[in-house]
Amino acid sequence: MNPIKFTIDGIRIEATAGQTIMEAADAAGIYIPRLCAHPELKPYGSCRVCTVLVNGRPQSSCTQPASDGLVVENNSEQTQHIRRDIIEMLFVEGNHYCMFCEKSGNCELQAIAYRFGITAPKFALQFPAQNVDATHPDIFIDRNRCILCARCVRASRDIDGKNVFQFLGRGAKRHLGINSDANLKNSNIDVTDRAIGICPVGALLPKRVGFHTAVGQRLYDIEPIGTAIERRRSAEPA
Amino acid sequence: MAKPRVATTSLAGCFGCHMSLLDIDERILELVELVDFDKSPINDIKAFTGRCTVGLIEGGCANEENVRVLRDFRAHCDILISLGDCATMGGIPALRNQIPLRECLEEAYVHGITVYNPSGSIPDDNEIPLLLDQVRPAQEVVKMDYHLPGCPPPADTIWEALVALLANKPIELPYGLIKYD
Repeated sequence: MNPIKFTIDGIRIEATAGQTIMEAADAAGIYIPRLCAHPELKPYGSCRVCTVLVNGRPQSSCTQPASDGLVVENNSEQTQHIRRDIIEMLFVEGNHYCMFCEKSGNCELQAIAYRFGITAPKFALQFPAQNVDATHPDIFIDRNRCILCARCVRASRDIDGKNVFQFLGRGAKRHLGINSDANLKNSNIDVTDRAIGICPVGALLPKRVGFHTAVGQRLYDIEPIGTAIERRRSAEPA
Repeated sequence: MAKPRVATTSLAGCFGCHMSLLDIDERILELVELVDFDKSPINDIKAFTGRCTVGLIEGGCANEENVRVLRDFRAHCDILISLGDCATMGGIPALRNQIPLRECLEEAYVHGITVYNPSGSIPDDNEIPLLLDQVRPAQEVVKMDYHLPGCPPPADTIWEALVALLANKPIELPYGLIKYD
């Protein structure tokens, strides 16, 4: 079958049938920032950080299938502006205290904000009341840090085969629930479940392993997030 | 030509950002060649002596005195820079923002397990600044011109930003100098 041909920022990209714009971009070494998308999970499209302009219209690249002749804008002033606002809104809608968070340095939200050079949010901080579930002997949830990306919801259902997590509530009241309103200890979650390690932020963490990597050696201390994807492109001969 | 004047203050902060400023090591000698320090805890000058080019603000606003000092800095400084996560996001003091102020005070002065306070009274004196109901970052109180996040911001971040400003260049921080921890 002929490959699908389209362009991202003027660069010619080839995709196979069924690939999303993000998957094709990843393969071609073009990084599109994302938080809810993950290679092990089905597309979900909740965070909108991966918004690109497809033929001039904003679309989430993790859910939009690649098709012939699309003109995609990834790294333009308008898309960066949209993404930056979304990232800043995620910061003000949660309680993100990087200075004492175990995930700091390995956190995708923090890493994306670093990559965008965000020094302070332009929106007013909400300081929402959230809770912590530390009932399980090996795992805890800190809902202050949750960005509602649903990675744990999808990983528990589709990879672990358990369906431990669901969302409860609507709008600003939406929050991560467990077996419809139980605590972690009442669930069949295990510390080895993929649902835990796949959390992009510090909302879902194993106990007793925090701060195990020295500052300076953590995942995003040296290289910006997305560098590994971009290296695929620079590795190709021009 | 007179040297540009720099003022600094610590509002609802822990002085860690000022420690990080001192952590520029021997470059502090270069800095005092470049600038004169006005009101600052470093030289213990209590009141502004004149117009300042740069004001460095550590900490957010937790009480009425913080607000008054911050407004005083805005009135006296051409450029105001947030120094650290407390100034940009509220930081550790903002952890109380989800808890009603009365509950916080009662925990600290009445119900806390290590509290010895037979009268059960909560300090209330004209000398003590009134607490705000919530801790707010500096940019929600006055217009801030630049933000240097971090807990504390690395010494190199502070140095790069100050040197760029004094040389009339835009602040361009390389990856690794913007940190939130």
